[in-house]
Amino acid sequence: MSKLSRDDVLKLAALSKLRLSDEEVEKLRGELSEILSYVEMLDKVDISGVEPTYQVSGLKNVYRQDKTRDYGYKTEDLLKNAPAIQDGQFKVKRVL
Amino acid sequence: MPGWPAIADIAADVNSGKLKAVDLVKQALKAIENNKEFDAIISVLDERALARAEQIDKNPSGRLAGVPFIAKDNFLTLGGKTTAASNILRPFEAPYQSTAIERLEAEGAICIAKANLDAFAHGSSTENSDWFTTKNPHDKTRVPGGSSGGSAASVILDIAPFALGSDTGGSIRQPAGFVGAVGVKPTYGRVSRSGVVAMASSTDVIGPLTKTVADAALVLDVMSGKDELDSTTIEKQAGSYTDLEFDLNGKKIGVVKEYMDEGLEPGVKQRIDEAIEKFKAAGAQVEPVSLPSLPLALAVYYIVCPAEVSSNLSRYDGQRYGHSAKDAQNLDESYELSREQGFGAEAKRRIMIGAYVLSSGYYDAYYKKAQTVRTKIINEFAKAFENYDFLIGPTSPTTAFKIGEKTDDPLKMYLNDIMTVAANMSGNPAISVPAGTFDGLPVGLQIIAPQGADHQMLAMAKAFEELN
Repeated sequence: MSKLSRDDVLKLAALSKLRLSDEEVEKLRGELSEILSYVEMLDKVDISGVEPTYQVSGLKNVYRQDKTRDYGYKTEDLLKNAPAIQDGQFKVKRVL
Repeated sequence: MPGWPAIADIAADVNSGKLKAVDLVKQALKAIENNKEFDAIISVLDERALARAEQIDKNPSGRLAGVPFIAKDNFLTLGGKTTAASNILRPFEAPYQSTAIERLEAEGAICIAKANLDAFAHGSSTENSDWFTTKNPHDKTRVPGGSSGGSAASVILDIAPFALGSDTGGSIRQPAGFVGAVGVKPTYGRVSRSGVVAMASSTDVIGPLTKTVADAALVLDVMSGKDELDSTTIEKQAGSYTDLEFDLNGKKIGVVKEYMDEGLEPGVKQRIDEAIEKFKAAGAQVEPVSLPSLPLALAVYYIVCPAEVSSNLSRYDGQRYGHSAKDAQNLDESYELSREQGFGAEAKRRIMIGAYVLSSGYYDAYYKKAQTVRTKIINEFAKAFENYDFLIGPTSPTTAFKIGEKTDDPLKMYLNDIMTVAANMSGNPAISVPAGTFDGLPVGLQIIAPQGADHQMLAMAKAFEELN
């Protein structure tokens, strides 16, 4: 059974931008280990000569004209859910 | 309360002036009030629905004129909030509507309310909703299935003639089976997902839940077709899905052996065995067929789905919409706290699993391996359909389970999808149709069809419906 360490869980949380509580870290450590053990049944499958599938309907490179299209949306409607806006743009905390 | 007439009949009566859209909307809104105890509905779009109904009554037209419907709350709709039953989207008001809703509205349908689901459609019971758990209309101590549990319950409670759901691993078919509704998972790409909250983009499809196959066929016919806002959409089949002429005589039906083996509740097995006998009596050739890789589909799913979830849920960053942490000191903290506060336990689990299977050093062992086993599943389906017109089996191994029975064990909950998930991994169309009840609880028969053969599948499902 794959066992995740506390550090493994913390690293995944950092990659996922989740600030987990200590209790959550411990709980997820067990649950994630259990789920990973379940999917390890795939290790026994013979996949020699088989290619992976990422898209099931076989469509490839669906092109369209590189033209703007007016959907009739107003900027203020598209910004109305933002916690902070300024001059018609999303406002976020300092990046650097 | 009497049920709704056939959708085509409602629309015909609205078009002829015999029925008023306003009265239909009021009837639906009253049904929502009368069924509050089942917690099927998150929010009501009464103002917009009534305004639309008044407009339609002035100049009725369309194949769905005046027909009220319910959308799962992961469909973007105007006139209220779209939350995906998640705290992180609690304040969200969509600035535009999903293509599916637009197409239904263009034919005169009226969205009256948003149905409950497992948050972000992660679950099989609606117990993972950040709002409440929907109760099964047949037994309030049991779940309606999920994630489209609110949609499924709404249809059986006669709140509206149809509801929309989304199906990533079984989320339309499993609840349809648990409540005794018809639930259609179309071929991947059949209906545009534009404006539907994304879960796992390589398997997400949307489809209708109804009481009859004919109703589902009409709704699917209106929604289907290419959409430039979803580049995965495929061309519509020739002909209308509402033409459901079908003769079972001489058709070849394979019963998926792996779905009839151990783990199947005896009551479910009994109903499926009876369905097999009915097909035989109608002249179909029915025999067992083995697809040995199908039991692996759930393991494939629980690698591929979280991988895609971890990517799709990265957009919830607290900066542009949705919950934003008030107490953050800097940008990174704003991301981390917004997501920590806004996501529930299941979303976090899937994000973390996704991050793990995609991370360097594990990618080949998990993600690539899963996508390769996926090819084996696709190949086995294709091979089976060389010999059979359709495959059948149960929709779920059990009837509806008790509320709280599986919430402590994520893996146990995941196993609900064991029989539905393969069609998502392969993209094949599949449908759940009612196959009777056991101890008062519905059993669903699942019919799986070749890629793109949605029309034939609907016609065959209607033929089965008529045998009951």
